[in-house]
Amino acid sequence: MTTEELKNITADFVVDARGTACPGPLLAAKKAIGEIESGEIMEILSADEGTKHDIPRWCDKVGHEYLGFTDLDSYTRLFLKKA
Amino acid sequence: MQFGLLPNFGTGNTNILKSLKIMANEIEAQVAELEKKIKQLQKSQPKDQISIIAFSGDLDKMLAAMIIATGARAMDTEVKMFFTFWATAMLRDPKKTGKGKDFMSKMFGFMLPKGSSKLKLSKMNMCGMGTAMLKVLMKKKRVSSLEELLVIAGELGVEINVCEMSMDLMGFKREEMLDYPNLKYVGVGSYLADADESRIQLFI
Repeated sequence: MTTEELKNITADFVVDARGTACPGPLLAAKKAIGEIESGEIMEILSADEGTKHDIPRWCDKVGHEYLGFTDLDSYTRLFLKKA
Repeated sequence: MQFGLLPNFGTGNTNILKSLKIMANEIEAQVAELEKKIKQLQKSQPKDQISIIAFSGDLDKMLAAMIIATGARAMDTEVKMFFTFWATAMLRDPKKTGKGKDFMSKMFGFMLPKGSSKLKLSKMNMCGMGTAMLKVLMKKKRVSSLEELLVIAGELGVEINVCEMSMDLMGFKREEMLDYPNLKYVGVGSYLADADESRIQLFI
């Protein structure tokens, strides 16, 4: 998805993992994915650099659709759609 | 696919039917054969599982081991850890004591770290200063401590097996170990059987 499209998405569920470092965001994502329905969009907020690489690989492995990320000043918003 | 000699399509419908029946039987037999082979192959494929031997008992190395273990669980990978030698000390509960130890075991118990909070860095420990500095940094950067990671690992289903021989050598008693869910005491055979099924094996 393009940055413009991503900026306008409203996620069905937002996971704020900014207070944690690796493996925090991954664990938060795994926990939260159980709370949403198939087809819903999840947004993960992270201040950890590695997360930008981790979440796409996690989606690949576990089978969800990775939509992309947008960078803000002090954190990143990552989007995925539950399979 | 090998059909062998094609059956002779004699005259008349019954002959054609007969030939088709023979071909169908051959194909069925070959499919059954293939299905058997696929089942065998599937059994021998390594599982989506990682085996970690925790040996060193150094703070930095044990942190890496626990981060890998919990990260793997986040990716739905099974994790089996085997704690042996120096790492066994990490699983001691500082609030518990083992009774009935002989003199050697008491000495070992005294000299070895009592639990994860007493582990030292493998490098730059600098008489404890390096270790203390790292812990301060970790708190500042919100990196989970070893104690927190052990709790998270338990919740996520990281399987921990403890080397019975190490327990014996170092004189640790089961009653002084952490309350970790489903903690088992095993030998090297169990580790090897588990590791044989895993796609990834690590010695930390």
